[in-house]
Amino acid sequence: MDFESREVVMSVRRQKLYSKEICACSIFGAMSRAGERFTGERVIRAMASMHHRGNGLGGGFAAYGIYPEFREYYAFHLMFTGDARAQREAKRAAEEFLLRNFDVVHDEEIPHSDDVHVRDPPLLWRYFLSPSKHGEDIDLPDDEYVVRKVIHVNSAIDNAYIFSSGKNMGCFKGVGYPEEIGRYFMLDRLYRGYLWTAHGRFPTNSQAWWGGAHPFGLLDTTVVHNGEISSYGTNRWYLEMLGYKCTLHTDTEVLAYAVDLLMRRQDLPMEIVAKILAPPTWETIDRMDVRKRELLTALRRIYAPLLMNGPFAVIVAQSGRMIGLTDRIRLRPLTVATRGDMFYISSEEASVRLISPSLDSVWSPRGGEPVVCEIDGMFEGRLEHEIAGAA
Amino acid sequence: MRSLVLPEFTISRSEECDRCRACEHQCPFGAHTYDVSKDKMISDSYRCAGCQRCAVFCPKGAIEIRPAPSFYRPNASWSRERIEDIKRQAESGGVLLTGCGSDKPFRIYWDHMLLNASQVTNPSIDPLREPMELRTFLGSKPDRLSLRSDTDTATDPFLMVETPVLFSAMSYGAISYNAFQALAIAASRSGTFFNTGEGGMPSEMKSQFKKHAIVQVASGRFGIDAEYLNCAAAVEIKIGQGAKPGIGGHLPGEKVSQHVAATRMIPEGTDAISPAPHHDIYSIEDLEMLISAIKEVTNYEKPVIVKVAAVHNISAIASGIVRAGADILAIDGVRGGTGAAPKVIRDNVGIPIELAISSVDRRLRDEGIRERCSIIAGGGIRCSADVVKAIALGADAVYIGTAALIAMGCTLCQRCHTGRCSWGICTQDPGLMRRLNVDDASRRLVNLLSAWSHEIKEMLGGMGINAIESLRGNRDQLRGIGLHEWELDVLGIKGAGE
Repeated sequence: MDFESREVVMSVRRQKLYSKEICACSIFGAMSRAGERFTGERVIRAMASMHHRGNGLGGGFAAYGIYPEFREYYAFHLMFTGDARAQREAKRAAEEFLLRNFDVVHDEEIPHSDDVHVRDPPLLWRYFLSPSKHGEDIDLPDDEYVVRKVIHVNSAIDNAYIFSSGKNMGCFKGVGYPEEIGRYFMLDRLYRGYLWTAHGRFPTNSQAWWGGAHPFGLLDTTVVHNGEISSYGTNRWYLEMLGYKCTLHTDTEVLAYAVDLLMRRQDLPMEIVAKILAPPTWETIDRMDVRKRELLTALRRIYAPLLMNGPFAVIVAQSGRMIGLTDRIRLRPLTVATRGDMFYISSEEASVRLISPSLDSVWSPRGGEPVVCEIDGMFEGRLEHEIAGAA
Repeated sequence: MRSLVLPEFTISRSEECDRCRACEHQCPFGAHTYDVSKDKMISDSYRCAGCQRCAVFCPKGAIEIRPAPSFYRPNASWSRERIEDIKRQAESGGVLLTGCGSDKPFRIYWDHMLLNASQVTNPSIDPLREPMELRTFLGSKPDRLSLRSDTDTATDPFLMVETPVLFSAMSYGAISYNAFQALAIAASRSGTFFNTGEGGMPSEMKSQFKKHAIVQVASGRFGIDAEYLNCAAAVEIKIGQGAKPGIGGHLPGEKVSQHVAATRMIPEGTDAISPAPHHDIYSIEDLEMLISAIKEVTNYEKPVIVKVAAVHNISAIASGIVRAGADILAIDGVRGGTGAAPKVIRDNVGIPIELAISSVDRRLRDEGIRERCSIIAGGGIRCSADVVKAIALGADAVYIGTAALIAMGCTLCQRCHTGRCSWGICTQDPGLMRRLNVDDASRRLVNLLSAWSHEIKEMLGGMGINAIESLRGNRDQLRGIGLHEWELDVLGIKGAGE
């Protein structure tokens, strides 16, 4: 009898009730409010200083403003996993799907350095494309169309996974320490962005999967997250009911989808979104003036399943904007610092001091209070845009 | 006809007995009598209901009531209960009636589910030092908040509870005025709700308790007028009850006192018969019309609850009810209590609430309408852990009935249908009713809710969750133990260790 191959057999239905993966981490974000672009070199250095907050089982970066030449096109980063044959098959199936639904203007393998040793790298490819809608999709807004196609690829095509899908930005991630992943993708040499976020991962189960590293994102919204979401089961059913498919074996995914739902689909401002994800306690709400109390009560009543319960610190990035947020009772660290045009968010002050020894200000935001950094002039730009739209 | 049924209990009296006759006074069934000529207390075990009233109130602690050791020849097929039921039916020729929830050993799924707790990877939270929130909202919720319109936050009516436990429907008539009042007082003190059942609301209670009352519209339509519907926080349409799905109700004329009659708007001393169905609801579209009518009468200010018994195709029924416009769905499981029900129905019809919650929640999620209504689960909630598990399976809150009665003194002797409740709970006899002190009973109820709330907070804190709403449908926090595959699948949980 083959004793080696014996394992617990679970019904397929129950296997799909996977447990979320638990991890602790380092997170870091740097942004130039003036929109100046810089390489990932200093970000990698800052992450290296928080080496011990990860365990080498995941590192990743999101960089904004890196593809100016393709700024009009969605930049898809895909990974194809499995053995060489599975990778080829996944790439074929994914490309067939992409070509049917998009106009692909350029594609290439994502450059990487063979000098850096990483474990089991998948085949990594990027595509610059624009929607080519037909049939009943024809009336969908571009973003919604793209989201649906991304969810389709990630849930229906084996071994193919779109891990970055925004315009003029990209995610780079994999199994390894963040500094290794950064050098593997040559982020210190090939790319210049005005906003970088990064993540070093300490998963407590050893499933070393490239797709499981942070950041997670949809379109140009990315999330790096330190924490465990104890409300995961609740958040997940709510988002799945609204059409999201949680396929990535991590609780961070629900944060990314919640931000997408609230900010993109429902057009709520970040200040409101923060109060949904990490609301004040009832004790605080009950003491507020009537208008505020009614608003926050309505938020908690309507969006209770999106309350992110459990310890977390998170950096959400979008084009032109970076947001830091901790859970309502602030169980994970987050430090914010500024120097001139530069704005930093980090798990540790030390990593910021390493790359910017003098700082204009440093503080720890309160639990549930979002810290929002936007590119100068962004508000004015948005306002003009809205006025133009209204006219 | 002489009864051939053996007594269920034996009464033993120790030497301590000083013949004070307290037991004789306490027993409404006549099990104790005093023989003056012999200066001796006489026990008639045939009359004993096993309610333990005499044992508790014997000043000397001299009385002990035990299950009778007498037996019929043991037989796996013909248990004592089967034999005695036949004997009783042979003597009476009628349907066997009983009170309280089913006592049959159906699998209690609560006892086959274990809860999670935080270890290392996330911190558990100490509810004595950190905020821990049990407040929740029951009612239909919109998909999104529109910041542009001020009216949006005001539209959907809802119930706000400070703890996710409500008192389920127990009507004045079935239970005594004192018990009814105690529930109302406890609900208002604890930030939750009591339910009038179908017995109407005594007019003198209307203004004081309207903010904490759920008024019921059942098939008998007793005591219903616009004023009744509007002196409540919510209106519940009762389609069915876990103890007797598909069966109507019957309050015997002996229980219809003058005050009960006035409250129910029926003549004194007449039987109050609730038909099995609502005779204006023969289909789902009829339910929709009744819901609309109630909303119209209450100016769309009160959520409408539809209460059904958990039956085989409960998930499809639930979906229909939500689509018919119910704001809250109350589901009552097979172990739900009753003041009177045919024994054969109580013990054979319906499904356990645990399975019903899970399948209804899943069905509503699959259809994308879960947030269009809230779910209140009842029928077999025995402790705070059951509450936590019910919510993790997908309920928004729970109804308790039996647990509340026990808090007031009930010992589940199952004689509610006789109207002779020795504890003054399920009776209209003025002498018996007086035994239940309203202040004392309401304090016990408030204490029970407070105790459970503290325990729920401890369990939540252990899981690293500080708001009850983050537990709803969070099946990750549950693992099954000693369950079959199909049971795990219906519950939507993994087995322990998986």
